[in-house]
Amino acid sequence: MYVAVKGGERAIEAAHRLLAEERRGDSRVPELSLAQIDQQLSLAVDRVMAEGSLYDRDLAALAIKQARGDLGEAIFLLRAYRTTLPRFGVSLPIDTGRMQVRRRISATFKDLPGGQILGSTFDYTHRLLDFELAGGAVATRPSPIELEAADPAACAPPRVLDLLDREGLIESDPAGDHRATVVDLTREPVTFPAPRAARLQNLARGDEGFLLAMGYATQRGYGRNHPFAGEIRLGEVSVELIPEELGFPIEIGTIAVAECQMVNQFRGSDSAPAQFTRGYGLVFGENEKKAMAMALVDRALRSRELGETPAAPTQDEEFVLSHSDNVEASGFVQHLKLPHYVDFQSELVLVRDLRAAAGASPRP
Amino acid sequence: MSRYNFAYLDEQTKRMIRRAILKAVAIPGYQVPFGSREMPLSYGWGTGGVQVTASVIGPDDVLKVIDQGADDTTNAVSIRRFFERTAGVRTTTRTTQATLIQSRHRIPETPLAPGQILVLQVPIPEPLRWLEPREAETRKMHALEEYGAMHVRLYEDITRHGKVAQTYEYPVIVDGRYLMRPSPIPKWDNPKLDRNPALLLFGAGREKRIYAVPPHTSVRSLDFEDHPFEVERWDRPCALCGASDSYLDEIVVDDKGGRMFVCSDTDFCAQQQGRREDGEP
Repeated sequence: MYVAVKGGERAIEAAHRLLAEERRGDSRVPELSLAQIDQQLSLAVDRVMAEGSLYDRDLAALAIKQARGDLGEAIFLLRAYRTTLPRFGVSLPIDTGRMQVRRRISATFKDLPGGQILGSTFDYTHRLLDFELAGGAVATRPSPIELEAADPAACAPPRVLDLLDREGLIESDPAGDHRATVVDLTREPVTFPAPRAARLQNLARGDEGFLLAMGYATQRGYGRNHPFAGEIRLGEVSVELIPEELGFPIEIGTIAVAECQMVNQFRGSDSAPAQFTRGYGLVFGENEKKAMAMALVDRALRSRELGETPAAPTQDEEFVLSHSDNVEASGFVQHLKLPHYVDFQSELVLVRDLRAAAGASPRP
Repeated sequence: MSRYNFAYLDEQTKRMIRRAILKAVAIPGYQVPFGSREMPLSYGWGTGGVQVTASVIGPDDVLKVIDQGADDTTNAVSIRRFFERTAGVRTTTRTTQATLIQSRHRIPETPLAPGQILVLQVPIPEPLRWLEPREAETRKMHALEEYGAMHVRLYEDITRHGKVAQTYEYPVIVDGRYLMRPSPIPKWDNPKLDRNPALLLFGAGREKRIYAVPPHTSVRSLDFEDHPFEVERWDRPCALCGASDSYLDEIVVDDKGGRMFVCSDTDFCAQQQGRREDGEP
């Protein structure tokens, strides 16, 4: 009669076999290749690399395939692999001012050095299902775009916020020191109050949906910070490292990133003239939506250092940083599936006692 | 599995975790922050316990893994297999034969012996968390030994319900100093924490904290003179082994209100049944 949870071992094995079968689906349908995922689901690959904190398209594609397209699960797979990798150095800060841009727009100036470059974007598409795409084998290849001979400035245009900075209109970014120890949230637990570098690192690998909601909340008044999209740029930047034995930087590769620099609410006083403030977002791959949300949240989390009184959850770093991680959140939410009958029994005993003490009789 | 180190974690990481464990042992009940790693197991499913176990386990250890007191619950099976695969250690379901026991939500009924290590998986390590959500604040409260809020909370239960309504993760004071959340064990298990001859280690992976109760350390469950601490009681013994001194699980046997109560600790229950068959009292 008492069968409850006996046979856990066999059940797990069977569950794994079922999972493998369902991942493959109908075997008459050709199997997906990693190259197909990389090329045709490239934004999914970007997201998995960003939240997985590992820039490797092949591994991200493999994770997506293994996870049956569940990006959260794919991110988890990539993270669990990343954690086993040795750390052999820290790169120099990437210079997004030297980015080979594929897309670059500013919402604050109509035209500017380097121009507005629309690039590929969903923005002005009409969201109508394109039934021709469903056609399969006969889908035609779009004709190649004739690009105008690029003006050299257009390849690596100056950053919009640098233009404002030169006039003193916006707060200057603190000068970085590449010899300073870099915070690594995957090695050391975050402590509060957290420095901005730790906050940005947390947000860069934070869940896209969470950041989007938090950023959106700032726009609706929960920690409002009057943002203007000063500049959004997507493209390739080179990653440089100074090997100890060489003593000078060498390029070890290029990565695609999306960067967003927000121009925010100005501040000023009798002693300091008015200046705009900054919010910053940087994400692996082409995910500009997340970069924008990150910039909104970064600015909200700077409230204390900018002398504002934090009043909304979006300005509360413990609230935001402790709940931004997709892998942590999905693990803990889903752990409710694990048996809790010991604790529940303890509660049952108490509730029955309390009801008996109050003279309540059990229902017939 | 040859591409992974013994017990999965690399030696540097184990060393970092062992340092945290040593600090935890040196300051009983204090939550030591540590650089928790991403494990190939979901957060909330024992990542903290697994990291602690991986850092203290050796090739000669005999490992027992339980969840809700049982060796054959799915997550216990999964964690036991993880160490069988990555460390190749011997495993057992017998509490007395294990050198190392990883557990979720229970302390075995069979008394632990000197030299044994019990690793408990912890979801939320901070005992003050439901009273104060901010880590910066609760660390300050611990530093100042400011635990009045917890007493008030228990007192409020008494005024509202006539008794303390905390049933699991019942707060304790360790070594007369730190307030500690004994992981979500039922309060039935709290008395076993006190002066236990085994080393009790607590690992919280997602929250990145490790804490410990060293052997023979005093652990006192919070209470009041006129409302002394008490544990759960059942009005019947285990239906399988007849034990009346163990924590019972309730099994719903039909849809007409039929219930059956059996030991939550499956090894304890099996030993008792064996003893009954052997004709012992």
